[in-house]
Amino acid sequence: MPDPNVPDIGPSPSPDPSRAAGGLRVTVDLNRCQAYAQCCYAAPDHFTLHGAEALHYDPAPTAAARDAIERARVSCPIQAILVEDAGSGHP
Amino acid sequence: MTCDHLVIVGASLAGLRGAEAARQAGFAGRLTLIGDEPHRPYDRPPLSKQVLTGSVAPAATALPNLVPLAAEWHLGSAAAALDRGERVVTLQDGRRIAYDRLLIATGARPRPWPDAAQGRLAGVHTLRGREDAAALRASLAEKPARVLVIGGGFIGCEVAAACRDLGLPVTLVETGPTVLAGVLGTYLGAVVGALHEARGVDLVFDAKVEALEDDGTGRVVRARLADGRAIETDCVVVALGAVRNTEWLTGSGLAFDEGGVDCDPEGYVVDTEGRPDKAIAAAGDVARFPHPLYDGRRVALEHWGHAAAQGAHAARLLTGHGAGPYDEVPAFWSSQGGVTIKSVGLTEGADSLVIAQGDPKTGRFLALYGRAGRCIAAVSFDSVRWLPAYAEMVAVRAPFPPIRGGVDQGRLSEMAPGLAQRDET
Repeated sequence: MPDPNVPDIGPSPSPDPSRAAGGLRVTVDLNRCQAYAQCCYAAPDHFTLHGAEALHYDPAPTAAARDAIERARVSCPIQAILVEDAGSGHP
Repeated sequence: MTCDHLVIVGASLAGLRGAEAARQAGFAGRLTLIGDEPHRPYDRPPLSKQVLTGSVAPAATALPNLVPLAAEWHLGSAAAALDRGERVVTLQDGRRIAYDRLLIATGARPRPWPDAAQGRLAGVHTLRGREDAAALRASLAEKPARVLVIGGGFIGCEVAAACRDLGLPVTLVETGPTVLAGVLGTYLGAVVGALHEARGVDLVFDAKVEALEDDGTGRVVRARLADGRAIETDCVVVALGAVRNTEWLTGSGLAFDEGGVDCDPEGYVVDTEGRPDKAIAAAGDVARFPHPLYDGRRVALEHWGHAAAQGAHAARLLTGHGAGPYDEVPAFWSSQGGVTIKSVGLTEGADSLVIAQGDPKTGRFLALYGRAGRCIAAVSFDSVRWLPAYAEMVAVRAPFPPIRGGVDQGRLSEMAPGLAQRDET
């Protein structure tokens, strides 16, 4: 595997504000989401259900939300929540 | 020849998941991603929903990167040409990038309004990328007097729903007899239409917008229908489907058109003689491939989960970490007006439909589509917990209708789905 500490090279003209702030990136595989709503209890400021099954989520939470987002991620019965943590060292 | 340098053209979901899958599989060579937009990969589904209503910022949907990529990025310049003899991709800005293996994931773009000058009028939008969403969001935030959505596909329906979420007057014009007639058929299309009508969307069916008219200063003020009717509007969203980004393959010898680049069952692209090029695969919206579940019918799917799965499949294939045909069962979702629609399989050519669970009158139900006595697709409306069981039936092409007179279930009545019948020639 490549060294995770080697930074990406090449131009990236669009600095990502969520990364600059050490924030998170979140997406939910909504094909797999079954609306169990466990994330909505674990991190109510970042996941909400609209109607019976439409999950709305914050795709760019700040670093301060790290613990809540992690609780939401692990509480999902079908593991549909994907999170990148800027603090994890991933390029 | 081994793969020392994997080049991925297209830096959206399929390209990113491809890059991640190559690394996860142990690919340790050079990895290069090329994107026409100046952005790192971002997620598109929120752009037609929460971004339009203002609850998510257009720039906030960057996709999580799940494994270290150690990649070289060339962003902001589209691929312009492919030389398969030299194994070189040339970018619009003149950069030349040599590859050992190439993953084509250039996606699609909105089908433009047919009259280019009308399409450029201020207040006329299409929706695909982050900038499109930001521009449309800005227009909606100015509280237009009436939004006109042209086209009743998923994007058109989601935009109309977002307008009602914002309390904006909106008219949706569709050439067919219902919304979503092409994907769901007219039976369920009418169910979705009723949902939007109840939320205050003005629906105009069997009608065609002939011209967009401006006020003399280049700002749209009116749409003229083919039957002479006029709709006063200061914000127009053209939602007429997508065309694949394949023009850059001109001269490459590959088989392609605006419907996609042709692939063999594994995902390798084929040339105009039908011969696969084992150095190049395609994935996502741009890839047209024979789907084994549908008798090898060639499809190019614009689905989120498909882009992710096929991107990963193609990258493993190219780096020698996988083989075999790509046979993921198609699936998508849409949420509009608080209702979540989820689909598994492909409805195209269905000749029968049953409501297998629930009741459309209550808004929560599951419809199963059949063709020639086999289950080919299942669609749930706010009933996703039923979907996996029916997805299994679709995956094995179980007999249709599924149950006759089961004691735990009412009798199933077969109905016409209202889908165009497939041309068998």
